[in-house]
Amino acid sequence: MSSAAALPAPRGGLLRGLSDFLLRRPGAYLALLLVPPLLWLGIIYLGSLFALLTNSFFSIDEFSGTIDYTLTLSSYGQLLQLANFDIVIRTVLMAAAVTLASAVIAFPIAYYAARYAKGRMKAVFYLAVMMPLWSSYLVKVYAWKLILAKEGIVSWVADTLGVTVVLDGVLALPVIGGPSLSTSYIGTFLVFTYVWLPYMILPLQASLERVPGSLVEASEDLGAHPRQTFRHVILPLALPGMIAGSIFTFSLSLGDYIIPQIVGGSNLFIGQAVLIQQGTAGNIPLAAAFTVVPVAIMGLYLWGAKRTGAFDAL
Amino acid sequence: MTVAAPAVRFRAVTRHFGPVKAVDGVDLEIAPGEFFSMLGPSGSGKTTCLRLIAGFDQPSAGEIEIFGVPSAGVPPYARAVNTVFQDYALFPHMNVLDNVAYGLMVRGVGKRERHARAAEALALVKLGQHGERRPVQLSGGQRQRVALARALVNQPRVLLLDEPLGALDLKLREEMQVELKALQRKLGTAFVFVTHDQGEALSMSDRVAVFNEGRIVQVGPPEEIYERPRTDFVARFVGGSNVLPAAVARGIGGPDAPCSLRPEAIVLLTGPAPEGHAALTAMIEDAQYHGAARRLLVTVEGADLRLAVSIPAAEGGGFGPGQTVTLGIPLAALWAMEAA
Amino acid sequence: MRSDRASRPLKLAALGGLLFLHVPLLFVFLYAFTTEEKSYQFPPPGLTLKWFGVAFARQDIWDAIGLSLKVAALATSVALVLGTLIAAALARRQFFGREAVSLLVILPIALPGIVTGIALRAAFNLLEIDYGLLTIILGHATFCIVVVYNNAVARFRRLSGSLVEASMDLGADGFQTFRYVILPNIATALLAGGMLAFALSFDEVIVTTFTAGQQSTLPIWMLSELVRPRQRPVTNVVAVFVILVTFLPILAAYYLTRDESQHK
Repeated sequence: MSSAAALPAPRGGLLRGLSDFLLRRPGAYLALLLVPPLLWLGIIYLGSLFALLTNSFFSIDEFSGTIDYTLTLSSYGQLLQLANFDIVIRTVLMAAAVTLASAVIAFPIAYYAARYAKGRMKAVFYLAVMMPLWSSYLVKVYAWKLILAKEGIVSWVADTLGVTVVLDGVLALPVIGGPSLSTSYIGTFLVFTYVWLPYMILPLQASLERVPGSLVEASEDLGAHPRQTFRHVILPLALPGMIAGSIFTFSLSLGDYIIPQIVGGSNLFIGQAVLIQQGTAGNIPLAAAFTVVPVAIMGLYLWGAKRTGAFDAL
Repeated sequence: MTVAAPAVRFRAVTRHFGPVKAVDGVDLEIAPGEFFSMLGPSGSGKTTCLRLIAGFDQPSAGEIEIFGVPSAGVPPYARAVNTVFQDYALFPHMNVLDNVAYGLMVRGVGKRERHARAAEALALVKLGQHGERRPVQLSGGQRQRVALARALVNQPRVLLLDEPLGALDLKLREEMQVELKALQRKLGTAFVFVTHDQGEALSMSDRVAVFNEGRIVQVGPPEEIYERPRTDFVARFVGGSNVLPAAVARGIGGPDAPCSLRPEAIVLLTGPAPEGHAALTAMIEDAQYHGAARRLLVTVEGADLRLAVSIPAAEGGGFGPGQTVTLGIPLAALWAMEAA
Repeated sequence: MRSDRASRPLKLAALGGLLFLHVPLLFVFLYAFTTEEKSYQFPPPGLTLKWFGVAFARQDIWDAIGLSLKVAALATSVALVLGTLIAAALARRQFFGREAVSLLVILPIALPGIVTGIALRAAFNLLEIDYGLLTIILGHATFCIVVVYNNAVARFRRLSGSLVEASMDLGADGFQTFRYVILPNIATALLAGGMLAFALSFDEVIVTTFTAGQQSTLPIWMLSELVRPRQRPVTNVVAVFVILVTFLPILAAYYLTRDESQHK
């Protein structure tokens, strides 16, 4: 270099010294990064979960209504009582139905967005899924309250089209029917599906994006009918995404207490039971035992999903 | 610091990642102002050696000195070496001038001065007019020059180059080879050049170290590496040479050791073998036309031995697979190597 | 499928799905203008703008908005710091317990919100912490961390490792490298993550039910209106406001991070 002017020495000082120290000890550096978040999540979150778990092994004194701090499985025993077990079954069935419906509705959207939407259209699709996902949960539930109300939109549409008989017929169905859509399990199911649908679309689309178009072409080139291509090529490759999505739809449905409270019948779901037990009933141990159910179910579910490689699609 | 201190010295340096020894007991001295190449296939430990010099990685055992100063515990930013990265590693959020001025900025050089020096460095690599551009707006060759200028502006005492020409096309690569060599001569800085291209290493370097499986197999000037390979590996990797097993070499009157034999040393015979040549009968498996030369792949009869023969293209246009030829092996061209 | 054009059934199904996602929200807008306040009668008997004025004059709504903004801002700040730290630690390095840490980060959103909510409540009860701003923020920050983490970790991974090495090679120490190389490259991702965290916190109701005392965040206010409606159209006005308020940060977050998909 023609300019022979010497360079100034690198800066010194405290920060430089600290930087030297951290570079020499990668362990210390890692600790510096991880300690604050782990303190937060470890103490506040895991600590709370642990407190909850512990509570589920206590019991409530029937006379005084206070918590008896001796370890017992009595709360779990209560879970198996018919009324409580019903709640668990009802919730799991609902979550499964919602997951299935979400997968069916989500697939065409995800597939179209992943394979056919290009450029601008792709952005539109992405936003069209992201906006409902992130927009207010309560507003979404509220929208359905308006739509499903007895004097609301669905009734009006049925009336206008002259198919009120069909609507009444559906509402007259045992178990899933009710006085109006907004007080029936059909309504609960619709709202659940609506609210959690975007959580299925996004991972599904992500996994479909990773299926190269050439695979579809190769399958066709080898003589597969489009239906066979779908069945043997696309579906297996999209499965991890679908499972990843189902983790959300299933988990969110299991724990929700607001949707069945606002739109649905009089029988409880797990979330509502928890709320009632810890609130008005004051039975914290039973409430805790109830929450252990979705945690256990999700634990099993996540364990199974991990084996299918669904986490890479999250 | 003594006058005689080498620019870089490795003493029994080992670096292992778990059970894998990426660098295995390397001893090495690089002289100030030397153009030194580390040549080897991928995974042979040459890039790890470079990262050890730069300070991105620490040896598991052994020590490294830079101009006589032990470098253990010295972070990368406190070493008098700079690196040209394989992927150039230009900062995408800065323009070219700020990229080049970066090293000066973090040392606290004022804006006016650092930009002047950066512009000078850019002129040195013939990119004077591109300072305002972003790295993404440059071609591969231009990015390479920016990376070079960014390292050189800090006046390193050793410049480390990690396969810097690997991503360039052939013509550009040849141009840059000439320029790099000229630049190195002009600056007098020690260059440590990592490459897997033997042609590049041979044509540019003062000395070459050949790496294999974490060890240096041979180190020396290019001529020595090419003409007098120490082992089988060097012969094949550097020169594309034939290797004759000891039994074959002895059988034709050569030394009792595995021998290297360069393809262009072999001649095709039409009559009896001349003085100092051994004759071998072989069958042609494949004949390839390479422009200036013609390359024959032959199998020697009676021995499990395949040889490559390079002859001027003008000779032997009529050769094809299946033909039998007589090879003349000049015994003086047999170079005895260490037994494997 | 043979061509680049989708079959008609696929198009219809995709379009139908998107309509299903969007049409219901339109009705929320419509009902903000209805003259009927006792029921959800459709079609509305008449249209009026008066509910906007009514909502504007309601102090309880303003209080709820104020509390929600305060909570969202503070929870987002905490999540930004903690989420970025975890992302920096997990992006590239392999270390013992790495899997466990990444699981711990997603757990607050992988488990149903009611679990997080009641667990926090159980802990607050145990420690005799009074419910209020602090307890709400503790809960919100916990599940906001993952949003920031997700955005930051993607950008950290995209940030070529050799950039950091190049910076140090050129004489910058760890802090200078963070300031001049890492921060400028992850800034937009952090901004996007922060906005999403803000939107998430602003909207959260399930956990908040358990961690709030007597104070109402905006979603808590809405929930009580849904359970025991008073002036129904006022709820719609607030809902419209919420839609618009969450719309903007989400749109901004999208524009800040969309390069990511284009660069791949």
